[in-house]
Amino acid sequence: MTNPNTFYGYRRENGRVGVRNYVAILPVDDISNAACEAVANNIKGTMALPHAYGRLQFGEDLDLHFRTMIGTGANPNVAACIVIGIEPGWTKKIVDGIAKTGKPVAGFSIEQNGDIETIAKASRKAKEFVHMTSGQQREECDLSEIWVSAKCGESDTTTGLASCPAVGNLYDKLIPTGIYGVFGETSEITGAEHLCAARAATPEVGEKFMRTFQAYQDEVIEQFKTSDLSDSQPTKGNIEGGLTTIEEKAMGNLEKIGKQVSYIDVLEPAEAPAAGPGLYFMDSSSAAAECVTLMAAAGYVVHVFPTGQGNIVGNPIIPVVKLTGNPRTVRTMSEHIDVDVSGVIRREMTISDAGDALIDMVVQTANGRLTAAEALGHIEFVMTKLYRSA
Amino acid sequence: MSIPHLLVHDKQDNVGVVVVEGLKAGTEMLCVVTEDNSDFTLVVNDDVPIGHKVALTNLSDGETAIKYGQDIGRFVANIPKGNHVHTHNLKTKRW
Repeated sequence: MTNPNTFYGYRRENGRVGVRNYVAILPVDDISNAACEAVANNIKGTMALPHAYGRLQFGEDLDLHFRTMIGTGANPNVAACIVIGIEPGWTKKIVDGIAKTGKPVAGFSIEQNGDIETIAKASRKAKEFVHMTSGQQREECDLSEIWVSAKCGESDTTTGLASCPAVGNLYDKLIPTGIYGVFGETSEITGAEHLCAARAATPEVGEKFMRTFQAYQDEVIEQFKTSDLSDSQPTKGNIEGGLTTIEEKAMGNLEKIGKQVSYIDVLEPAEAPAAGPGLYFMDSSSAAAECVTLMAAAGYVVHVFPTGQGNIVGNPIIPVVKLTGNPRTVRTMSEHIDVDVSGVIRREMTISDAGDALIDMVVQTANGRLTAAEALGHIEFVMTKLYRSA
Repeated sequence: MSIPHLLVHDKQDNVGVVVVEGLKAGTEMLCVVTEDNSDFTLVVNDDVPIGHKVALTNLSDGETAIKYGQDIGRFVANIPKGNHVHTHNLKTKRW
């Protein structure tokens, strides 16, 4: 199979290319969700992104909140953005962050206005944005301009045999052409951290990875665990699928970075990559919706998601392409699967064939084909919270 | 090549993965090592679900489980060759 080397995307003001053309209605905080949902209900062609946080956060946790909010609005799949918060200060901070991309963005705050007045004003602006953006045309872009993130979920032993190696093959083929890639799931490297550190582009990057990995172990896992985590990592679904230990799961997870590429930097959660094209590691939870939300906020525009037992996650702003190597999952959950690579375990398909099939689906998705998760309405938008609010 | 019942990642591995549904005890499995496409046969002693592991040799309590050519935990029972390997007889060395 010969893969195409172009796709049709939306060229943004800052030069980045999006594969969707959303007008997002973004709440700064939990109590502004209702106004955002009302605006999205008033104005067709817009999408509210309700979430659970944004009040009384502080320090590193607040920084992450702003990074996630600004990154989500700034993502090239978002053509224009309305931001609504309870008060004007933090609302403006997020508007200003998104405005750096050059895209249309406007902020509204509720105090001294009330929901109804805010909704009316924001709805008029949202309608204007819909008219500005809905006629935009896709243009031919080089495949190297696509940013592809990867995270697996409800893994089983077929994940390490077929679907994760297919993602690795995609990265082995596309990273050298100049795309941006990312993998993460810090706790899920446990048992393979030495192998992961060895795949860093330089010893310094490998040391940065090990510091990040160790901090997650010490500050998250060791601090809060009440058991040996054997009911959580691996998950009950992983165990049902035949994965027994975290080390076994980690080996499969790491198959996603292929055989040849090395990662060039280690990112904070939701941090945009800044060291040029290549593969990155992002410090992140292994929970699917949290991890995909962080990668979308970092600017990735298509996500590839290997699953074994059938994780069904989607994301509101980036399409999530599902692939599986488990024939039982293909049979029982076909509506959730975009790419069937179960031929690998029957020895009817090579890893390279599986990688080509995935690249083909990424290109189709970038061109506008809805993924299974999009068609089924999966828009899980989940903020990562580092600790309790003040 | 016929469709294998069991795949093994690496020649050093002491467990392999069942990749067919409905595998019954007593089946003589076609086993393929993905690293080099070599194959061998092994009789499975238990009904083992797709995705679950089988012991490739007689394994001892305390011994290290090897998959992908790497350490994935330790066996916590003596396991005869061909038996089902999972949470009842294999545990993490971490956490």
